[in-house]
Amino acid sequence: MITKRIIPCLDVRNGRVVKGVNFTGIADVADPVELADLYSKSGADELVFYDITASFEERAIFTDILKKTAERVFIPLTVGGGINTLEDFARVLACGADKVSVNSGAIKDPSLVRRAAKRYGDQCVVLSVDAKRVEGEFRVFAKGGREDTGIEAVGWIKRLTGEGAGEVVLNSIDTDGVKRGFDLEMLLAVSEAVNVPVIASGGAGCAADFTELFTALPRVDAGLAAGIFHFGEVTIPELKRELKRNGVNVRC
Amino acid sequence: MTAIIDYGVGNLFSLQCSFRAVGAEAEVTGDPEKIRAADRIILPGVGAFGDAVEKLRERGLDRVVIDEAGRGKPLLGICLGMQLLFDRSFEYGEHTGLGLIPGEVRPIPDGQKIPHIGWNALLFNKKSPLFKYIKDGDHTYFVHSYYAHCPDSYVSAYTEYGTRLTASVESGNVYGCQFHPEKSGDVGLNILRAFCEV
Repeated sequence: MITKRIIPCLDVRNGRVVKGVNFTGIADVADPVELADLYSKSGADELVFYDITASFEERAIFTDILKKTAERVFIPLTVGGGINTLEDFARVLACGADKVSVNSGAIKDPSLVRRAAKRYGDQCVVLSVDAKRVEGEFRVFAKGGREDTGIEAVGWIKRLTGEGAGEVVLNSIDTDGVKRGFDLEMLLAVSEAVNVPVIASGGAGCAADFTELFTALPRVDAGLAAGIFHFGEVTIPELKRELKRNGVNVRC
Repeated sequence: MTAIIDYGVGNLFSLQCSFRAVGAEAEVTGDPEKIRAADRIILPGVGAFGDAVEKLRERGLDRVVIDEAGRGKPLLGICLGMQLLFDRSFEYGEHTGLGLIPGEVRPIPDGQKIPHIGWNALLFNKKSPLFKYIKDGDHTYFVHSYYAHCPDSYVSAYTEYGTRLTASVESGNVYGCQFHPEKSGDVGLNILRAFCEV
């Protein structure tokens, strides 16, 4: 039987893993290659690297980090951040990425999903969506969650999985950073609507939040988090033991 | 030396790194002479069956793979590379494969999410030299929408995804795995290490 996946997410800026802390600033966490290696050794099922760099020079540092990681870490790597064109796909895939995550790039040009899926296969294209409740519906937000696009999220996700997105990362802005658990209501709506794997993001504060996620929503395939892993609030071996104890099928 | 066949599909960077990680020498190449001179061959592949088999033929590499396998050289097909070993595939039409193992490639039956993405358990079906360093029930990483349907006698391991899917196959010196050993952590590296010792 297929296992539920635990996915640490590494935001990389200027060659370092960073993490936003309470909207006040950005904390420097670690060396990305070392941290990726540590997560892989401790049982992470996959890694997500987000390129949050601003400049062209920093982009070269990011792809270099990706290569160094792929040389040492033999679990799937998904790369996101600043993916707007097929050339962006080619650039990160050549450095060892297995899957590429598109967010704002798909909002700017939804045909990117279809074109990328045709060239690289559905399994390579991950649709990442930042969503938030507005006027009784789930809305897609752009620009790192700052701008309401007016697009209804469930319909958006159905449309783009139909065009070839092979996986969905759903990040709830409403629960992100709150650490009181995943957004089960939003995740239920999306996971019932699509037939591709759904990865939950936003809100995990402790191991029990993952147990709740997978037991309440059997159609959710993976849980993603950043800070709680980086700062050691939850370790992956502990988390997997906890899940296993609660009857969730995981790779240990 | 292990030749990782480069025929213009997918990125072979991780695969090459994984051989380095197990201390084996591997070269990514599309040169028929180098492939013929190698001790063992890896046939990788991602994307669509029809497109991949076309690219192999354009380069004359289908013949090289069939000849070398016929001479007894160890050959390992990975993911789509495993599917190419069979007689035919029904992915977007009907396409002829390399015919090194009897069987055909079909869509994963309805009722499960497609693609089958994630870590799933290997259920051993027979003894294999590739499993020398791993155990029954170990997990490997799968990403596929089609699977190989073939006689049970060629299946070295199954995996459970709604139904039993072929996870790995074996016919003499010809091996195939549907999962990605280069993305399956230590279990995957141990499979590659074992392949380098056959």
